[in-house]
Amino acid sequence: MNAVALVLRAGVRDLARNRWLLAYGIGLATVAELLFVFGGAGNQVVLSLLNATLLLVPLVALVFGTMHVYASREFIELLLAQPLPRPAVFTGLYLGLALPLAAAFLLGVGVPLALHGAASDVPVGALVALAFSGALLTATFAALAMAVALGTDDRLKGMSLSLGAWFLLTIGYDGGVLAIVSLFGDWPLDKAMLTLMLGNPVDVARVLVLTSLDAAALLGYTGALFRRALGGISGPALAVVALSLWCALPVFLARRRFLRRDF
Amino acid sequence: MRRALVLLALLSFAAGESAAQDLRVGAGERFTTIGAAVAAARPGATIRVAAGTYREPTIDIRVPRLTLIGEGRPLLDAEGARELLTIRADDVTVRGFAFANTGVTHMQDRAALRVVEVARCVVDDNHFIAALFAIYLQRADGCLVRGNDIRGAGGGESSNGNGVHLWHSPNTRVERNRITGQRDGIYFEFSKGAVATDNVSEENARYGLHFMFSDSCRYERNTFVRNRAGVAVMYSKGIEMRDNAFLEAQGSAAYALLLKEITDGVLIGNRFVGSSTGLYLEGASRLQIADNEFRANGWAVRLMADALDNHFTGNQFVGNAFDVATNSRTVRSTFDANYWDGYRGYDLDRDGRGDVPFHPVRFFALVVEKHPEALLLLRSPVLLVLDAAERVFPVLTPSLADASPRMRPQP
Repeated sequence: MNAVALVLRAGVRDLARNRWLLAYGIGLATVAELLFVFGGAGNQVVLSLLNATLLLVPLVALVFGTMHVYASREFIELLLAQPLPRPAVFTGLYLGLALPLAAAFLLGVGVPLALHGAASDVPVGALVALAFSGALLTATFAALAMAVALGTDDRLKGMSLSLGAWFLLTIGYDGGVLAIVSLFGDWPLDKAMLTLMLGNPVDVARVLVLTSLDAAALLGYTGALFRRALGGISGPALAVVALSLWCALPVFLARRRFLRRDF
Repeated sequence: MRRALVLLALLSFAAGESAAQDLRVGAGERFTTIGAAVAAARPGATIRVAAGTYREPTIDIRVPRLTLIGEGRPLLDAEGARELLTIRADDVTVRGFAFANTGVTHMQDRAALRVVEVARCVVDDNHFIAALFAIYLQRADGCLVRGNDIRGAGGGESSNGNGVHLWHSPNTRVERNRITGQRDGIYFEFSKGAVATDNVSEENARYGLHFMFSDSCRYERNTFVRNRAGVAVMYSKGIEMRDNAFLEAQGSAAYALLLKEITDGVLIGNRFVGSSTGLYLEGASRLQIADNEFRANGWAVRLMADALDNHFTGNQFVGNAFDVATNSRTVRSTFDANYWDGYRGYDLDRDGRGDVPFHPVRFFALVVEKHPEALLLLRSPVLLVLDAAERVFPVLTPSLADASPRMRPQP
């Protein structure tokens, strides 16, 4: 068994018994179940799940990931004392964090969907987009959490940084965009807006799900623009590439910190 | 004796008149063309046309009280070159034909069936296939257009005509027609007191129903689906629109129902589903807008600043991206006792009405009205924050409010 698989297996075994992760999965499943039962028809369920995903997934991945790295400090030191290559240890640790988180998300959303999906009129394409973006957001923010936690030994500071990053990316960034639109609304902004949307993984995920709903067709000129730029085949492809790049960036950052760090 | 003779003469005259002339057209009949039969007909005659295809010059009916009946739906083929039938006499009925293939021309409004300056004609149960204009009424009074099936050639706006076209034709009734692939499905201009009921107007190149300068008209139980620009009702007074369905008008310039310069009308019990904009009001005033359902539209209602004194009550707003949008901070229309799915208030006295007002214009809707690009932020979490802030300090949004929103949708 190679080093990555070894570390990964240990990490997954550890997290599979974690009560917080269990609570996260069950909580998501409860929300999704309630939405399917009471949340109205079709698009409404996806849109409500979308809002839950955009807020919760980054928050849980960041907070849980940061806590987990601090809690695993001794385990990491033990691993590094073994004759294992550092890059392999990092990959194992990262996957050992991201995969259980993503699995909890996918099961939390997927089980209610499997129970109700076929019977309801929920658009399947949008749900696939939602599951995909949720999983990639999890991977992105888990890596960000590792980068933060490996960057500082002060737990309070690490946690504050994580929460700050969450607030900035889910709410602050869009607030800034809204301000830009209000200030510079007299100039043509459509291309700038599309670029700005690609500059934030949470926005990419949101736009990807929205364009996969037919709701975009309802939004007139901008909806049409939106669809032309991000709909069709090239749009989702662009969004997937952007999300993947967004995932790779914090992974790279965390990896570099891990390799250079003196434990 | 002389009296008896006069009586006899009178009787025979009456008999001659009442024994309706019955002419037959078809292969092996007395007449082989409809035109010849029409030329031979006296007032009150009935012409029965056998099944088959007829290619002949435009038929011109100048004899009153004529009834033209197609048996086995005979086909009149215009060979892409002419109009097919013109009615120029009162009380004429045309039933059971198929009219086809007028061709496209930009020199005239070529119509398969044209009605010119007559009263009380009946156009019933005909088919129209690939006609530029299908049924064209000009200065007709009190006609009935019923149960026709109209399928246009599906050309674009500039190379297509209207399905049922009324010009200066008051008191016309348009009932149970099915119209698709034309420019405007039904077009009314300068036609007072016309009535359209139970029509289905679908996938036309411009409007499902287009309507100008026609006061006191009534529309009931019509269905308008996927018309390129929806339905436009303009420059008219006293319009009554009840129980119609306006569905899936999608696009940047599509309005399920566009009301422009409309006054003193009622809009009751209609359904607006799946359109970019459900109801667009520009210069519309003193309208009673009640018991309509707005579901899954981009914008349910867009209310321009020049729309005055409209009253919205008992409507349901469910699953729309925006319930009400406006381009002004002062709105001079009133909202009362509507159901809003976005309402988060409470009802302590259990009277079915919320105890705090609902403000249907969200701050974001205002921003989007000013800067359409901001729409890219739709469903962003930052808007949840803004909405929450608005509920606590409603200073950003216009004064418009529903003072007693319903807690539950009406069944």
